[in-house]
Amino acid sequence: MATRERTRKARSREQRHDYLLSEAQLEEMYYYMLLARRLSERMLILNRQGRAPFVIAGAGQEAAQVGAAMALERGTDFLAPYYRDLAMNLVFGMTAREAMLNVLGKRDDPNSYGRQMPAHWSSPSRRIVTQSSVVATQLVHAVGIALGARLRGEQLVVMACCGEGATSRGDFHEALNFAAIHRLPVIFFVENNGYAISERTEKEMPVPHVADRARAYDMQAAVVDGMDCVAVYQTVKPAVDQARRGGGPWLIEAKCYRLWAHSSEDDDSRYRPRKELEEWAKKDPITVFRERVLADGIFPREDLEEIEAHVQEEVRDAVEWALAQPDPAPEDALTHVYKER
Amino acid sequence: MAEVSVLEAVRLALDEALARDERTFILGEDVEAGGVFRATEGLAAKYPGRVIDTPLAESSIVGIAIGAAHYGMRPIAEIQFADFIHAAFDQLCSEASRWCYRTRGDAWLPLVVRTPWGGGVHGGQHHSQSIEAYYAHMPGLKVVAPSFPADYRSLLLAAVEDPNPVIFLEHKRTYRLIRQELNGAPAETRIGRARIARRGGDLALYAYGLMLHECLAAAEELAAEGIECTVVDLLSLRPLDTETVLEAAKATGKVLIVHEDTLTGGFGAEIAALIAEHAFEYLDAPVRRLCGPDIPPIPYHPAMEAFFMPDRQKIAAAARDLAAY
Repeated sequence: MATRERTRKARSREQRHDYLLSEAQLEEMYYYMLLARRLSERMLILNRQGRAPFVIAGAGQEAAQVGAAMALERGTDFLAPYYRDLAMNLVFGMTAREAMLNVLGKRDDPNSYGRQMPAHWSSPSRRIVTQSSVVATQLVHAVGIALGARLRGEQLVVMACCGEGATSRGDFHEALNFAAIHRLPVIFFVENNGYAISERTEKEMPVPHVADRARAYDMQAAVVDGMDCVAVYQTVKPAVDQARRGGGPWLIEAKCYRLWAHSSEDDDSRYRPRKELEEWAKKDPITVFRERVLADGIFPREDLEEIEAHVQEEVRDAVEWALAQPDPAPEDALTHVYKER
Repeated sequence: MAEVSVLEAVRLALDEALARDERTFILGEDVEAGGVFRATEGLAAKYPGRVIDTPLAESSIVGIAIGAAHYGMRPIAEIQFADFIHAAFDQLCSEASRWCYRTRGDAWLPLVVRTPWGGGVHGGQHHSQSIEAYYAHMPGLKVVAPSFPADYRSLLLAAVEDPNPVIFLEHKRTYRLIRQELNGAPAETRIGRARIARRGGDLALYAYGLMLHECLAAAEELAAEGIECTVVDLLSLRPLDTETVLEAAKATGKVLIVHEDTLTGGFGAEIAALIAEHAFEYLDAPVRRLCGPDIPPIPYHPAMEAFFMPDRQKIAAAARDLAAY
């Protein structure tokens, strides 16, 4: 993987105190955020070309996703993502090519082999848990994984993700309740992008912050600026470390913004003022990150441009390659209803 | 070995499952104290930390079991009464049933959900119902409904070892009512096979749970009158042993399907359709169903409950009528 090469290439210096991250980690952050955005842009183009029936993306939420996922131990910790979490899955090892197979519903898409709508992630070997379109059900699964791991004596953390809309469902509350009773190592990571399709947060909950819901479960909670990848990492990492040591679950709310419509089928101009969108677009997490690391002199401009060129090439390759991959055989639909012993 | 009840057979199987495999654990409401029916009595002390009380929240009981099974455990979840399982319908049908399918076999769920079902205990509308038709409709789930203690024991163990989600239905009226000497008793060990519990050439009765015992009692009564019945103990509703179902229909030419669940869309409709489709030319009479009436089940008053439930007299009457056709 290109990222790994980049990580090795990165000059090793002392961690910078203002970031609490190594240069390699900062490069990784930029790379994953950018890769997710560029992939999503290409997916939308494929949709408009009639080649991908449906696209649902996380534009505007990349900082939240990458900052949170990088706080986990890949290969050890579990990720129970939701449909907007492309960037998280990339951090967990999903490749650009696989993401493209997914949006095209190709035979070899490891997420569901053409069986689910795009963005319903799964990769058991990477500890990415399969999810459905039903929101919040995955939060309870995450709690079950944490319970199973405790019973087996494996020390790990499970991150369960959802949007703020899902926090009104019963499964959200049942998951928090059980995790808190048993002090299980689960990080409930809520990406509050301000909208559940067209409904603003104030129609979804009577409290100003999703994090307020933690109080009912005597659970540790934090609110973080989800447009700031470094801030998200700095908030999530200590919570993950503490949970790993037996400190119990956390509810972390990342305040971000959905820069695009709900999905390729949605027209957000019906319900969202353009003025509001323009204001938030100025806070685009990828642009903000780029400007900040440049202003702080972390990287020379050429380094970032190198990443950008690399991402562009990776996405181009992924699209070209994935389009040429075989579709599933229709009759494959009949297989794997049950697991054979 | 002395006779054991259905309840004791369930407890024996749970004990064996916990002893056999460290990945096995039990979760549910009141299970640490033994459960409201005492199915898990003594197990929390014998297997510390592996019998886990949950909050009164069915969706999370099943959902947590799903997560643990995905991780590699073999959870046995208890839903205290089948009537309350619908709060977990989403977790069972939208999640568990298709976990394997939607990952094309990359992930799977060795998961058992045990739940007491059925009427005859004055449980009223929410402690008496039959829920099998909802769940047997769902590809990806298995639904097992035994009748005899030996099958309860062997099929519960089979369910625990199955790599798929199994809903294991325990008829609560039979918990203490039905007893059997396990030694030498026929015990089905494979999910998906039915058993011919009695052979007779005049007509075939199909049932599971309490109704199977009512059918056997009716068959005994009818035999004295010269009407010989085959009785099919279905044991598993999904997968269904279509071979045995059709064999009995073909051998007798007359079919009476009995269940407590309400008539319309009940599991009997599936048996009837199957026989109509594949054994039509063997039939000497229309396929008949004796089921609960199409009202919200089951009224509380003992007289109304008895009116609702099929029983040996009603079965015998329907069978006489069918035999005379």
